[in-house]
Amino acid sequence: MSTPIAPAAASAGSLVDDAEHGRTDHLAGAAHDGRGRPRVDPVYYLFLIPTLVLFTLAITVPAALGIFYSFTDFIGFGDWEFIGLTNYIAAFSDPAILASYAFTFGFAIVTVLLVNLIAFLLAVGLTSRIRLKTGLRAVFVIPMVISGIVIAYVFNFLFSNSLPQLGAATGIPWLSESILANPDLAWLAIVIVTAWQSIPGTLLIYIAGLLSIPGDVYEAADIDGATPWVKLRSVTFPLVAGYVVINVILGFKNYLNVYDVIVGLTNGGPGTSTRSIAMTIFTGFTGGDYAYQMANATIFFVIAVLISVLQLRLTRGKAAI
Amino acid sequence: MTQAAARPVPASTTPAPAAGRGTRDAVAAPTRRRRGRVGQERTNWTTMVILFLCALTVLLPLYVTVSMSLKTTEQAVDGNAFSLPSPIDFSGFTQAWELTNFPVAFTISILVTAGTVVGTVLLASLASYAIVRNWEHRLFRWSFFYLLAAMFLPFPVVALPQIQLTGLLGLANPVGVTLLHIMFQLSFSILLFTAFLRSIPLELEESARIDGATTWQTFRQLIFPLLAPMSATVAIFAFLASWNDFMMPSLIIADSAQQTLPVVQSIFQTQFSNNYNVSFASYLMAMAPAIVVYLFTQRWVMEGVTQGAVKG
Repeated sequence: MSTPIAPAAASAGSLVDDAEHGRTDHLAGAAHDGRGRPRVDPVYYLFLIPTLVLFTLAITVPAALGIFYSFTDFIGFGDWEFIGLTNYIAAFSDPAILASYAFTFGFAIVTVLLVNLIAFLLAVGLTSRIRLKTGLRAVFVIPMVISGIVIAYVFNFLFSNSLPQLGAATGIPWLSESILANPDLAWLAIVIVTAWQSIPGTLLIYIAGLLSIPGDVYEAADIDGATPWVKLRSVTFPLVAGYVVINVILGFKNYLNVYDVIVGLTNGGPGTSTRSIAMTIFTGFTGGDYAYQMANATIFFVIAVLISVLQLRLTRGKAAI
Repeated sequence: MTQAAARPVPASTTPAPAAGRGTRDAVAAPTRRRRGRVGQERTNWTTMVILFLCALTVLLPLYVTVSMSLKTTEQAVDGNAFSLPSPIDFSGFTQAWELTNFPVAFTISILVTAGTVVGTVLLASLASYAIVRNWEHRLFRWSFFYLLAAMFLPFPVVALPQIQLTGLLGLANPVGVTLLHIMFQLSFSILLFTAFLRSIPLELEESARIDGATTWQTFRQLIFPLLAPMSATVAIFAFLASWNDFMMPSLIIADSAQQTLPVVQSIFQTQFSNNYNVSFASYLMAMAPAIVVYLFTQRWVMEGVTQGAVKG
């Protein structure tokens, strides 16, 4: 793309020059670049290009480099050779990687259902005829601003010390042992803490959705003699369906990246029963499996893009862009 | 002209999540208000009791954090998280202060977060202004979609090459983390800024241009002040993302003496693991700043979530 040469309005020029320059660029449209479009003030390039360069260096180059290395046998340093799709073929039959995908997707599905159910009900409650609305809402949003790793450490203490004590006192056998040490139950702790932390964001979106429903719709339902349950099912739910789609997809994408909460609770254990995709990828940094885990990361990237495409298709028309 | 000038500012204070929803909100608001004034509908106490119980589950872990941090080591080790501290003992805080080298970790966290907030607001607002005002030019239009594409890119995908490259470039330190934090905040921030900029009428800039303002002066003296409410939202989300982040600093920063506040908390998992009053005092000191900021900026936090989600 050629850079159109515009008058040097940025550095120097009299009042009149600048005024004229501003007008020609934005209003009258007198100066054109030869293809019928108004000329661009070079200052705009200064506004945009540094960000583009930094972004390319920090994100695009690493992404391209990583995908490139995924076709090699690079171990993080030293020489490497192209090995084609070997890493990908190996990744698809690697029990450790398959287990991390199964765990992460299962975790994400359960969490997304739990979070949306609770957040939706809370949103209905918080938009109903209650007092202290603002105060209650402010309390419910607090978990969103707390560091995931720190709150996971707090819950870690509760799960491994306080709950077993409670279980022993009340004589409930499955409670008297830390669920973090149980390979079959540890994932549940991760679901609980993740849900605790991410309900606020989902809740706020549902509140916005519920507030966007005009009151006369409910008045009409009242006149028709609708019960609260019928109103919820036949009026509220269809009208916030778009918000459900947004919440489910945004949440699912976030939960696939789960890392902090797991580090704080189980660190992938017991054994490797709660190791997420992100944790598996990061082993490539210490385990000498750099190229192999980049193949894993690339597969993960393709999945993330597919989910985003699905998101754009389902929410098209609702987005502001 | 004055009407035009006033318009974008109140528009930003309404929590209308997207353009399409605005009209519905306008219809809904008076209806609800009228209902309330008539006062025929009574408070739903059942719902309130349930909501209060749910609010307790939010507050309980926070109560545990505060009460544990005020206990003596002897009391804290009994594992009963819900008891009140007796006697109240502040020595957990002084020990946590020394063990985590709190002043250093806190300063690094503050610098990384401040750098992320300032960098994100500046770079995103400048880029958004350039993009919106030159939308008809391919470079600017494509840049918008290019910068937004990062929203589809999870950090784990680029983590390994980023660790490798920051190491090579001497950026395996808080400066590198700040830079990466800014880059990962750009998509969301540019999305918010561009949507807001499109609602500012062009006539507003005409008068400034006629008065002889350059593009930079127009941005600095007219556009940037108008963006203030959106900048607040962008800044708070950059603050929360950067202050609370564990994944990126733990992977990127090579020297553990330069780690941020959330990352240094891990010493209580490996060493000192039975000094619960000390570890909880440390957790409290790590989470308190974010809670304090939240208490003062609730409105922007809540609006930002809705705007980001509905636009994204």
